[in-house]
Amino acid sequence: MPENKAESKEIVREEVAYEPYTIAMGPQHPATHGVLKLDLELDGETILNCKPTVGFLHRGVEKLAENLSYAQTLPLTDRLDYIASMANNVAYSIAVEKLLGIEVPMRAKYIRTIVMEMARLTGHLLWLATHALDIGAMTVFLYCFRERENLLDMFEEICGARLTTSYTCVGGVRQDVTGHFLEALHAFTDDFPSKIAEYETLIDKNRIWLKRTQGVGIVSAKDAVSLGLTGPTLRGSGVDYDVRKHMPYDAYPYVDFEVPIGSKGDVYDRYRCRMEEMHQSNSIIRQCIEALPTGPIRSPDAPDIVMPYGEQKRVAADATFASGVIKLMKDNEHYIDGDVYVSAEVPKGELGFYFVSDGRGVPYRMHIRSPSYIHIGALPFLCKGQMVADVIAIIGSVDVVLGECDR
Amino acid sequence: MEPLEIANRLKERFPEQVLEVTECRDQVGIIVKKDRIVEMLRWLHDDPSMQLDHLADLCGVDYLGKKDVRFEVVYNLYSIPLRHRIRIRAQVPEDDCQIESVTSIWMGADWHERECFDLFGITFNNHPDMRRVLLPEDWEGYPLRKDYPLDGGGKNWRGYDEVLEKSKRLRKFDFYGQYQDPTKSTGLEEDARK
Repeated sequence: MPENKAESKEIVREEVAYEPYTIAMGPQHPATHGVLKLDLELDGETILNCKPTVGFLHRGVEKLAENLSYAQTLPLTDRLDYIASMANNVAYSIAVEKLLGIEVPMRAKYIRTIVMEMARLTGHLLWLATHALDIGAMTVFLYCFRERENLLDMFEEICGARLTTSYTCVGGVRQDVTGHFLEALHAFTDDFPSKIAEYETLIDKNRIWLKRTQGVGIVSAKDAVSLGLTGPTLRGSGVDYDVRKHMPYDAYPYVDFEVPIGSKGDVYDRYRCRMEEMHQSNSIIRQCIEALPTGPIRSPDAPDIVMPYGEQKRVAADATFASGVIKLMKDNEHYIDGDVYVSAEVPKGELGFYFVSDGRGVPYRMHIRSPSYIHIGALPFLCKGQMVADVIAIIGSVDVVLGECDR
Repeated sequence: MEPLEIANRLKERFPEQVLEVTECRDQVGIIVKKDRIVEMLRWLHDDPSMQLDHLADLCGVDYLGKKDVRFEVVYNLYSIPLRHRIRIRAQVPEDDCQIESVTSIWMGADWHERECFDLFGITFNNHPDMRRVLLPEDWEGYPLRKDYPLDGGGKNWRGYDEVLEKSKRLRKFDFYGQYQDPTKSTGLEEDARK
């Protein structure tokens, strides 16, 4: 009997062979921020390879744009980055204006800068909310949505929509801002820095937050440029590239702001960059409100559906409504042969539009350079050798939105 | 450096490759042959006076019936340290619909080129992973070509038909009957067997 007892106590030491295996994360997964699917090849908990699959939300915006006039494509750009659609509207408008050679009045430029920075705040607030929620900080989510809600209400006041705004138009903005809106926004900017401090007290020195973000998903400056990263994701690695400074558009040459730069290129640095950017956006909005000039809000020769306006009034009045507008939209002397590439700094990075025109009122080819698409393409590089839990932090830190990625 | 000067320098360096220099709204594009495209772009990327290190955009354009050479692959390059930009347009004929990949110069070109393959059917040689990206693997045709109809030619994608059929079958599912008589067939077993 004692012998038997000794035998039963003996621990079986068998070699357990771990083989690499694959799991699919998504497309329905709360931490992938949309319909992103990642096929993760794992060795234990370490990622050997990561294959992103996108396209679940592909709507063919580029093909549609080839069959619509320039003004008609604008509402489609709302559906790219639906978190900050104002920024897409502005990016699209400046691209078309460059192609058609339209000069925008000063007041419209300032209003656009204001709404673009508001969009940056809404984008960054939603990013912070979901990024913190993914890592496990629930309270930040509620705090961020409190301020985001204020901004969305202000969007509603100036254009009637909270998310799909379509506020700007080719050659200006659709309608003027009201004094009430400006006052409310000014009061908001008074308050907002203290709100950012509130978020920072929750997570900035939080030990769990630091453990989850510092030294995770490191990308060097050289690799970041080679991968085509843009926006805060690139600046977290220490590369000074901001379209607002490099190719200023709208009222950015007239306002004073700094571009925050990180150094290590990890998740924490990208987080710090975005937090500093919110301070800068707040200051830009204030400067623009204080320096807002008076004057018209739309260029008189803009080929937009909001007609008639200025000199074109006569032409439109002579025709029946539909044919007159179509005539203005399609037979305008602005349309030339040629191609332009124009980009703008949206919350996610550099949103570029490449237009090829053949002299008609519709683009011959429109290509959207969407930052999210490039950032998802860089995920395999960022995730290699990391843990499964870090993938969540990395996806959050590159800040992707799938509507923009799939177009 | 001024964009036109870059074009002239490129012309000096590769006189036989550069076909035409176009200008539109202060932006300069260089139309080139596709044979030595990697060599040219590597020179633009590495030369100390160029340093075009940021591949801002890569896309295809279909000039069906407008130009003799049907396709163009457009590279929008920008230099972050020197702050200048240039556009390279490589001509790709329809009967030889392939071009060398530039993933060895920019890692980020990977997904750009996959998208171009997906929507235009231009193959990139020496690309690490030449698959469709936005569309399903079994999609027929290349949607951004000019001869591809906007409505897809009235034909649905095969996967879409399958989903429709499945949803029709699921609609017939008798929840109440199943509750009353568990032995009753629901019609879904056939699906499971498949």
